[in-house]
Amino acid sequence: MTKVVGTRLKRKEDPKLITGHGSFADDIQLPGMLHAAVLRSPHAHAVIKKINVEEALKVPGVVAIYTGKDLEGKIGPVPTSWYVPDCDLKEAPQYPLAIDRVRYVGDGVALVIAEGRYAVKDAMYLIDVEYETLSPAVGQKESLKDNAPLVHDDIENNLAFHWKAGTVPEEVCEKAEASVKQSFYVQRVAPSPIETRAAIGRYNPGTGELTLWCTSQNPHIHRMVLSEVLDITEAKLRVISPDMGGGFGGKIGVYPDEALVGFAARDLCRPVKWIEERSEHFTAANFGRDEVIDVEIYGQKDGTITALRVTNTHNVGAYLSTMGPGVSTIDFGLMITGIYKIPYASCETFGVYTNTTPTDAYRGAGKPESTYQIERAIDLFAKEIGMDPVEIRRINMAQKEDFPFTNAQGLVYDSGDYEKPLTKALEMVDYQKFREEQKELRKRGKLVGIGFSTYVELCGFGPSKVAGGIGFQGGIWENATVRVHPRGSVTVYCGTSPHGQGHATTFGQIVSEKLGIPMDDIELVFSDTKSVSMGWGTYGSRSVAVGGSSVAIAADRVIDKAKKIAAHELEVSVEEIVFEEGIFSVKGSPSLQRTFKEIAKSANMAWNLPEGIEPSLEASSYFDPENFVYPFGTHIAVVEVDKETGQIELKRYVAVDDVGRVINPLTAEGQVHGGLAQGIGQALWEGIVYSKDGQNLTGTFMDYAMPKARFFPKFETAFTETLSPVNPIGAKGVGETGTTASTPAIMNAVMDALEPYGIKDIEMPLTPEKVWRAISESEGK
Amino acid sequence: MGNEKVNVTVKINGNEKRAEVEPRTLLAHFIRDNLGLTGTHIGCDTSQCGACTVLVDGQAVKSCTLLTVQADGSEITTVEGLGQVGNLHPMQQSFWEKHGLQCGYCTPGVMMAAVGLLQQNPNPSDEEIREGLEGVICRCTGYQFIVDAVKHAAQLMRETEAEVQLVGEERL
Repeated sequence: MTKVVGTRLKRKEDPKLITGHGSFADDIQLPGMLHAAVLRSPHAHAVIKKINVEEALKVPGVVAIYTGKDLEGKIGPVPTSWYVPDCDLKEAPQYPLAIDRVRYVGDGVALVIAEGRYAVKDAMYLIDVEYETLSPAVGQKESLKDNAPLVHDDIENNLAFHWKAGTVPEEVCEKAEASVKQSFYVQRVAPSPIETRAAIGRYNPGTGELTLWCTSQNPHIHRMVLSEVLDITEAKLRVISPDMGGGFGGKIGVYPDEALVGFAARDLCRPVKWIEERSEHFTAANFGRDEVIDVEIYGQKDGTITALRVTNTHNVGAYLSTMGPGVSTIDFGLMITGIYKIPYASCETFGVYTNTTPTDAYRGAGKPESTYQIERAIDLFAKEIGMDPVEIRRINMAQKEDFPFTNAQGLVYDSGDYEKPLTKALEMVDYQKFREEQKELRKRGKLVGIGFSTYVELCGFGPSKVAGGIGFQGGIWENATVRVHPRGSVTVYCGTSPHGQGHATTFGQIVSEKLGIPMDDIELVFSDTKSVSMGWGTYGSRSVAVGGSSVAIAADRVIDKAKKIAAHELEVSVEEIVFEEGIFSVKGSPSLQRTFKEIAKSANMAWNLPEGIEPSLEASSYFDPENFVYPFGTHIAVVEVDKETGQIELKRYVAVDDVGRVINPLTAEGQVHGGLAQGIGQALWEGIVYSKDGQNLTGTFMDYAMPKARFFPKFETAFTETLSPVNPIGAKGVGETGTTASTPAIMNAVMDALEPYGIKDIEMPLTPEKVWRAISESEGK
Repeated sequence: MGNEKVNVTVKINGNEKRAEVEPRTLLAHFIRDNLGLTGTHIGCDTSQCGACTVLVDGQAVKSCTLLTVQADGSEITTVEGLGQVGNLHPMQQSFWEKHGLQCGYCTPGVMMAAVGLLQQNPNPSDEEIREGLEGVICRCTGYQFIVDAVKHAAQLMRETEAEVQLVGEERL
């Protein structure tokens, strides 16, 4: 069969995007459309005493202004979608506009609707709000203390949830010959898609249908949640994700603003558009990470790790976001042992409310943090016992024959061969040579270092049964319908919702190879709840493994039916039909054949179908995998630190990833590169910083260090291919490997470079100032 | 208020357009909202991201840094004027071939910035491309395939240039 899967095809998505014909939210213009703006709290914590909208209403073009009080009883709170069980989870209701108290800078206070983009802002700035400020709770550890200000009066100690998994017997720790304790802070970062959030609502009072275009990675989840918030049936609510300028987890969440736009469009019976500004995004869009992780690692002098104890204190912000509670518990806490056969492990997570913007899933969600702590801890342990970082990894990692491998927390990894990418990456970087050069360079006072990250990731969400068990408010199966038109072209409807990943191409490749038809004959439809019957969206590196598998199964079902029709026409039994490269032929008599197009016509015309076969050629699949998928790999960073300035130069970056079956190496490499830039960004430059009074000091791209092209060397990437046994295409997931693996690789490399100074840890991001101070302090000792 | 509308005339992608705008109208908004050319995107409000980069009188400019009135009388090229499906500019062709885009939101601005860069340096090294794209932010690609695309475009453009010169010389 012609090879389509596995080839570097150019993307189907691109012609429109490179010529300005994309259709992003702000490109949509509807007749009579109004603009919306949300006035947001400038205080982290305050009581709303009075709101005066008189002056604002005088601005020409203003149509309506709503406050929280105006909406009471008309619009419900926006709930979290992850009720993690057995952790005493306390959810505070998040009303789309604050009613009497604001709880973070960015909390919505009033919604303004006006004719025109500029008028709406003119009016917004004229709203006069009288606040009585309160002391804010900001950092998570401080906010847990008894005397900390309470974000929600009825939630003691600001404790949103307290979760535990696994136990480590005390005697195991006592028997250990060596141990290391270290606290890490995986700092708050901003997902920062270059397109901010947006929503457009249109209500038809005649049909009662509300259409909401919004920047969502999961339009069906948005529909499900917003139908409750807005009290409208799902059948009357249509959610469409238009072309989207990135997501990275920041557009998973169902947000108050989207509910407000839907409400206003219905209330005013006019289309309403809300386009978020970047500075607004830095206060009102969910952030990622913000976890203080305390680690104790125990083991023997021969390098065997015997136990791992982890405590995660997670700053969840002022409200529980859509996925927030699952990030530091399920995603993080069950993966703390990484690729290693550590017999005992425990994780205790404290979710803490603070007067800051909520945190949610960000590319990798929990796994970058878990990988960070174990990959940093194992390096520290290796240093403690004087062992090479590669050797300690080899001693402890699960071996090929251990699969399916059950980790200390009970998760069963689908397939793996950790030695394979490790060997390859070591060859690529030429490890032995590097160590020799490092010795020489150290003699000359040069600080070069190498850092490893041998990671595994939990993704491909996943089995729906498990979703139910872990409190996730959704199924996580995936849906595809392959519809063959009378003249032989095909439309495929999918429940995942791509926003840059290139699924029209990769899913198209799966269909093209299956049906033996050209890519140009295949159109893919995503991201519209009215076209796609159901689906759970794009996050957690699930799209190819779950959605792509669903597409493959539906295509197989189309072939099965088509074979029956071909057999009937060729007057043979179905068993005698072979289907290859778009041709149905009779075994042994290849001249007896029907093309795919001919069968498409036969099926749709239905003039002569076999007994019991219904007209049309279309099949659906609702694929629910039996397990998650666990991509893995080895990343190696080589850095040089300038001891005079603390500046870090990333000299080389080698990434060998095993993501199962690679559908399109070109787009897969693109995914790795993008993930790397974000993970390296977390290690070296990015970070949201709050002042003590809860102001975000890094609220624009002037203050928040977004990585630029010149920050990176050319990444050296490769794949090994260990297929997953839990889905029919053998795919794992590639979208989050880069962010999961790279942060600790960079940190380990810098710490290796700084070894001559005895520096063991520096808090991320590794700005030159921090590195310089660490060097200076150690010299002063 | 000083919001009385003023007349502006620009030549955009070869077409002359006259309009009445508020003096405070950003060029980026004028291009998108008044002229309906939505290929130019806006990604920030502090002129860092470069998604709105266009050519103004041949120079790559972030269109959020100009008021429309400041562009009065200028010639502007947006991504729509760069090339069309079936007749792609080498920069567009290269971004497609080399996978220089994922979500495609920053892409028009990045391509316009790269066109500006190649005007100044038709044969840049990888490092010069990375330095030259200082004014744009891409969150998807990690920049590697953008660098490859710009390099490839530079090569295509040099080849075309050489062909044009050759044809010119033959005519002489």
